[in-house]
Amino acid sequence: MSLHFKTITELAAMLVAGETTSVAITQAVIDRTAAVDGRVKAFLSSDPADALAQAEASDQRRAAGQSLGPLDGIPIGIKDTLAVKDQPLGCASKILEGYVSPFDATCITKLRQAGAVIWGRLNMDEFAMGSSTENSAFHTTCNPWNLETIPGGSSGGSAAAMAAGEAIATLGTDTGGSIRQPAALCGVVGMKPTYGLISRYGLVAFASSLDQVGPFARTVEDAALLMEAMLGKDPLDSTSIAPQGETHYAEALKTKKGPWKLGVPREFFGEGIDPEVKANIEKAIDWYQSQGCEIVNISLPHSELAVPVYYIVATAEASSNLARFDGVRYGHRSDAAKDALTLFTKSRGEGFGDEVKRRIILGTYVLSSGYYDAYYLRAQKVRRLILGDFETAFEQCDAILTPTSPTPAFKRGERANDPLAMYLSDVYTISVNLAGLPAISIPSGFTQSGLPIGLQVIGKAFGEAEMFAVANAFEKAHNYAQQTPTL
Amino acid sequence: MPETPHIDIDYVANLARLDMSPAEKAKLGSQLDDILGYFDKLNSVDVAGVEPMAHAHRVANIWREGDQPGETYAPEVLTRMAPESRDNQVVVPKVVE
Repeated sequence: MSLHFKTITELAAMLVAGETTSVAITQAVIDRTAAVDGRVKAFLSSDPADALAQAEASDQRRAAGQSLGPLDGIPIGIKDTLAVKDQPLGCASKILEGYVSPFDATCITKLRQAGAVIWGRLNMDEFAMGSSTENSAFHTTCNPWNLETIPGGSSGGSAAAMAAGEAIATLGTDTGGSIRQPAALCGVVGMKPTYGLISRYGLVAFASSLDQVGPFARTVEDAALLMEAMLGKDPLDSTSIAPQGETHYAEALKTKKGPWKLGVPREFFGEGIDPEVKANIEKAIDWYQSQGCEIVNISLPHSELAVPVYYIVATAEASSNLARFDGVRYGHRSDAAKDALTLFTKSRGEGFGDEVKRRIILGTYVLSSGYYDAYYLRAQKVRRLILGDFETAFEQCDAILTPTSPTPAFKRGERANDPLAMYLSDVYTISVNLAGLPAISIPSGFTQSGLPIGLQVIGKAFGEAEMFAVANAFEKAHNYAQQTPTL
Repeated sequence: MPETPHIDIDYVANLARLDMSPAEKAKLGSQLDDILGYFDKLNSVDVAGVEPMAHAHRVANIWREGDQPGETYAPEVLTRMAPESRDNQVVVPKVVE
């Protein structure tokens, strides 16, 4: 298999054995991107010379006997919402067009400390608001498995780049499913950690009580290695939390073999699920049972309220967070700005796209006088009930199995004029963010028309080691992770 | 919650300091009323006595231990991002009469 489709673990072994170099791997990724990205459009921009310079430094470290570990020399693509020093940072928005970050996000600093090659800027829904990457202000990304369909979102560029072999791993962010849903739709591994496990410093804030950074990878083990490198409390993010329990995730995969008690919430298999997805996930559950796992029927009774709770909490937080884009200190300033008020209103009106405006208006409304109690306060209370559902469920099981997305990838434009239908794309992922839990999506097969399907494994808070182990068991017994699209 | 949810877009857009064309407002208006109607689902559950949840973990106020002196950015690094700057200061339109 070509270098650009290999896993981190495989490449790390080849680097140790002297069978390849970081420059060769990075060049393979650059060449692959040049060959396919005209069709996939995963990247907003890239800087091959900068990536190759990092790769050369990695090879020099290795030659001097100072390799930094398994990530040293591995090219990792970055979603356009994470700050990388001296690289553009735009959140796929016109309001940040031309902005260049003066610093590295903490997760980037940590990847650099592990020797990773930071590679390119990946497309996304503007400010991470969307489930199809159609809300990018610049271009739509195509799903490498079927270029007529969407890659999911909001981290659609990060998922599509993985599926197309344009990076060895990528980073995304997940506020309501923005890593797991595109991972499922593009047939790759995508993981959202426990809230607070990875610092959000240098991540452009969308909904601060929900946002988390996480990895896309080809295998569960690769995702585990990336998590190990990035986690930890950060004095620059007061919401980051010192890790608890087992954090040597990759090593723990060797010893944690189950069998597990696995919860299956019946609410996730009812109305709205595609029959092929349903059959696929039921088959995956049967597989776990055949391996000696006990399948426990659980109930998450408030899960049907997760979507409305999310769209109140997330838009409220977004309306506050996005107030900083005012045309004063950075970003777009309207030529029509004549005074303080029009400086704000015109710059924001010209700079933000439709979905961002929709959410700012919604968020401002639910926080406004007279409506706060009816919407925002009530949503915060129902959020507590959703967390309580999970706490009760986890008294009976070690991890929870669900579909990641109710449908496989849909055609571009299909839900563009129906925001509510688009919001329901995240129905199985959103409650995890509201409860602050870790979850991973792994490839679990394909539809008859060849579109990937994803299985979601939800863990207990700080239960990443167990969650990875459950996902790894399925992955190792199937060959979905090795399959690649024809481009 | 109001009987028939409806957003006064002009009022809210002003609160949000967001300029929108009449066509944008018209399109957004009907979409938002649909979404607000969907939010009515939240009335189906009794939340009496439930403590609101603002954060995934039970954290209270976190106080900084005090600023540690360290390296910071040179003024020009930050002011060069501004749409207009002069002498390491951000230039804005006249804001007082």
